[in-house]
Amino acid sequence: MDHVDEAVIPASGSWTGPLAEWTARRLEPVVIGLGAILIGLVLFSLFILALGKSPLMLFQLMYTGGFASWFSIQNSFSRAAPLLLTALCVALPARLGLVVIGGEGALALGGVAAAAAALPLTHLLPPFPTLVGMALAAMLAGGVWIGCVGALRHYRGVNETISSLLMSYIAIAVMNQLVEGPLRDPASLNKPSTPPLPADYMIGSLPGMDVHWGFAIGIAACVLTYLLIETTTWGFAARIAGGNTRAAEVQGLPVGRLIVSFTALAGGCAGLAGMIEVAAVQGSANGAIIAGYGYTGILVAFLARHNPLAIIPVAILIGGINASGGLIQRRMGLPDATVLVLQGTLFVVILACETLYGRFKLFNPELWKRNS
Amino acid sequence: MDSTAIGLWGVPLAILAGAIRVSTPFIFVSLGETITERSGRINLGLEGTLVFGAMTAYAIAVITGSPWLGVAGAMVAGAIFGLVHGFICRWPKVNDIAIGIAMMQFGLGLAFFLGKPYIQPAAPHLPSVPLGFWSDMPQIRAALDINVLFLAGVALAFALRWVLADTRIGLTLRVVGDSTDAARAMGINPDLVRLVATAVGGALAAVGGAYLSLYYPGAWNERISSGQGLMAVALVIFARWNPIGCFLAALLFGGAGALGPALQSVGVTSGYYLFYAAPYALTLIIMIATSSPNRPVPGMPGALSLTK
Repeated sequence: MDHVDEAVIPASGSWTGPLAEWTARRLEPVVIGLGAILIGLVLFSLFILALGKSPLMLFQLMYTGGFASWFSIQNSFSRAAPLLLTALCVALPARLGLVVIGGEGALALGGVAAAAAALPLTHLLPPFPTLVGMALAAMLAGGVWIGCVGALRHYRGVNETISSLLMSYIAIAVMNQLVEGPLRDPASLNKPSTPPLPADYMIGSLPGMDVHWGFAIGIAACVLTYLLIETTTWGFAARIAGGNTRAAEVQGLPVGRLIVSFTALAGGCAGLAGMIEVAAVQGSANGAIIAGYGYTGILVAFLARHNPLAIIPVAILIGGINASGGLIQRRMGLPDATVLVLQGTLFVVILACETLYGRFKLFNPELWKRNS
Repeated sequence: MDSTAIGLWGVPLAILAGAIRVSTPFIFVSLGETITERSGRINLGLEGTLVFGAMTAYAIAVITGSPWLGVAGAMVAGAIFGLVHGFICRWPKVNDIAIGIAMMQFGLGLAFFLGKPYIQPAAPHLPSVPLGFWSDMPQIRAALDINVLFLAGVALAFALRWVLADTRIGLTLRVVGDSTDAARAMGINPDLVRLVATAVGGALAAVGGAYLSLYYPGAWNERISSGQGLMAVALVIFARWNPIGCFLAALLFGGAGALGPALQSVGVTSGYYLFYAAPYALTLIIMIATSSPNRPVPGMPGALSLTK
């Protein structure tokens, strides 16, 4: 490698040099990820074929329902909004090596906290500061909740996967109790809800679109957390602590504070998703905000390999697939859980394909050097 | 039918009766998870297996008219789920906890998809044994109307304790769970043992699901499980991977789950949803109390990746 040219330009079929290595490293997750999605789609097609239905028609409907027109794309964006934030609730702790799956509970608590904050604020403040106050209340509620998961993990050694899920059930019970009891709007009869937000206090649509601001907030959150992880010392310290806790402690990093603050931030994101559901979609906190966004967020985060920027396209993709569920149900007579089966299949196959990382010589610069 | 006939005694009686009714799925799932975890692998997907088992059992019972065929079918389905989990987890770089979460979502999705046509029809229920025949009190009779699967679960807990402690199969399982290397040195194939253990665990979890759909609450719908499959994982830690402990812990959890309805039946209705959260809170408190940041939980199989 005497010449710079040789280092960059492929010579006789073998491509080496820093650029090639960089490309290979970046390409590996993309190729393996897309390959895994393909395998998942084939398996799912076999399942649909076994039921005597046409998988091609199903995929076509999925495209029509999710992405074919500006209308359906806007629908997909709206459905992606909470997923962007609940996926961050999984992806951020994952940087520290933690598997947190309780985003649904943080979302529920965030929603109910936002609704509770709105009760006094709508009488005191104009819409914008009220929404800011609601968002802060939601982030605080979700942040404290998932921050507890991180604290329990670090200071008590409690497995975060199980504790976060148990706390999710507790959070949903707390939300039900509050919505049925002290926060209940007497006017809500069959469907217990908090008092509705006045129409002018709702989060509106993005300019020129039929997509609420929650989508932009979700994208901004993904970009900001990406910058946080990749460019700040705080994010760097978190990655060190995630790689090897003992080594990080020996180096004098405040591992406990890192874990608590990262999990709290993650919970804050999920709480914000709850506030958006309340302020942009439902208009009040009620049982409808527990719609499984927390669980779908787990899938989105794993698909995106816990990279906040990759969460954006994945959330839109999954949001689009979810948006097409109704169409598939009407046109093909398949149950609405079809989408869940597809998601489950993709989830299992993609995680199983983790085994392929580092196996292909093509993507592994260390192997190139060893052989040359 | 006079609920005041035994007065306040109704509350502990209702909790006891509830504990027996509610604990059965916990017994089966936790015994299954004990077998899996004793082999050094964790299966968080049992929640999905449980719900899929509930759906399979109900569907087969509706079609064939026999609840027992339903239970058998659920066991086969659960074993298949376990085999898939165990098969994938054998591969390098695959995280068994993450695969568990994925299998849970897959199992739930598949159960909701295939179970859609079975929400309406009624299936024959599993029989129960009226152990309260000696009493005139309807409450006592109702409380001691005990399902056969509960009795089978109790028998299984004692049988499993014997197998683990005193048989060659149990020894093999324990060696594999404590050290993969030691197992290899003894000529045991750890992957094969774990595969079988995961399959057996899945089959037992599915029986827990069959109990839910075929006895209590006794119908198939998408809300049939409220996290029993996952709480069982915490329950196994609490029970220290000991089958008898699993049985007692399941009774405790069942009692906590019955607290809300029992209090409601005597007129305490405020905080109903908070009582509903009691089993989860209890599980969490137990986990906090028994964990430690510095040492593994006593009795934990050495090869288990639960606390890395």
